[in-house]
Amino acid sequence: MMIFLQILFGVLGGFFGGLGMGGGTILIPMLTIFLGFDQQLSQGINLLSFLVMALLSIWIHARNGLIATKGILWIILGGVIFAVGGSFLATILPSVILKKCFGAFLCVLSVLEFFKAFPKKKKT
Amino acid sequence: MKKNLSFATKKFKNFKEKSILIALGGVIGFLNGFFGGGGGMVCVPTLEKVLKLDNKRSHATAIAVIFPLSLISCAVYIFKGAISSLPLLTVGLGVLLGGIVGSIALKVLPSKVVRIIFAFVMLAGGVRLLI
Repeated sequence: MMIFLQILFGVLGGFFGGLGMGGGTILIPMLTIFLGFDQQLSQGINLLSFLVMALLSIWIHARNGLIATKGILWIILGGVIFAVGGSFLATILPSVILKKCFGAFLCVLSVLEFFKAFPKKKKT
Repeated sequence: MKKNLSFATKKFKNFKEKSILIALGGVIGFLNGFFGGGGGMVCVPTLEKVLKLDNKRSHATAIAVIFPLSLISCAVYIFKGAISSLPLLTVGLGVLLGGIVGSIALKVLPSKVVRIIFAFVMLAGGVRLLI
């Protein structure tokens, strides 16, 4: 039963990820809330499964010429350094605290998502 | 003289843009590592606004930007022993299946309805984790 739920939640998270809406924001809370995973484990699983999916997507997008390269190295440079810091902090925090931080993060994102669904001005 | 000046301003603008990119990259990296995902939420708008990419290109490029960041973060999570292998396999298998279906459904589903459902699910999850 547990294994069935794990696969099911994976499918749901992957589905939203495939739609380009960020699967992790669905997958991580499901794993933590319904399966009782440590917040760190949920997040780590999301990171790893993202890597596999991303390889596939990058390959497809690159073939369609959709990946821009100009300027992105600067983003990656800043990103890699802070990624180490962020991940390290996440792994040393108590799971309960990290869970609450993640909950707050989700609330903020969901509000932004509502705004995106109802854009005020029409974009050209 | 005028040419020199414009060269200097261009150089300055270039420097400013690079600094902005590095700083935003830092934010993306930190969020993505700390929360184990969600870097795209900042990365896509960054690519749209600063690098002036269109929506489709921004989404595609964001994945390529976040990939190395997630790789590093994964290494830290594994090194610190936060990931166990069995649930990883089952959930990962599901993600792969769902991801393929989602990519296909992307062409069929009305994005507005999906967005609103998505936002509600996120809000519910966020509130549940907070309390």
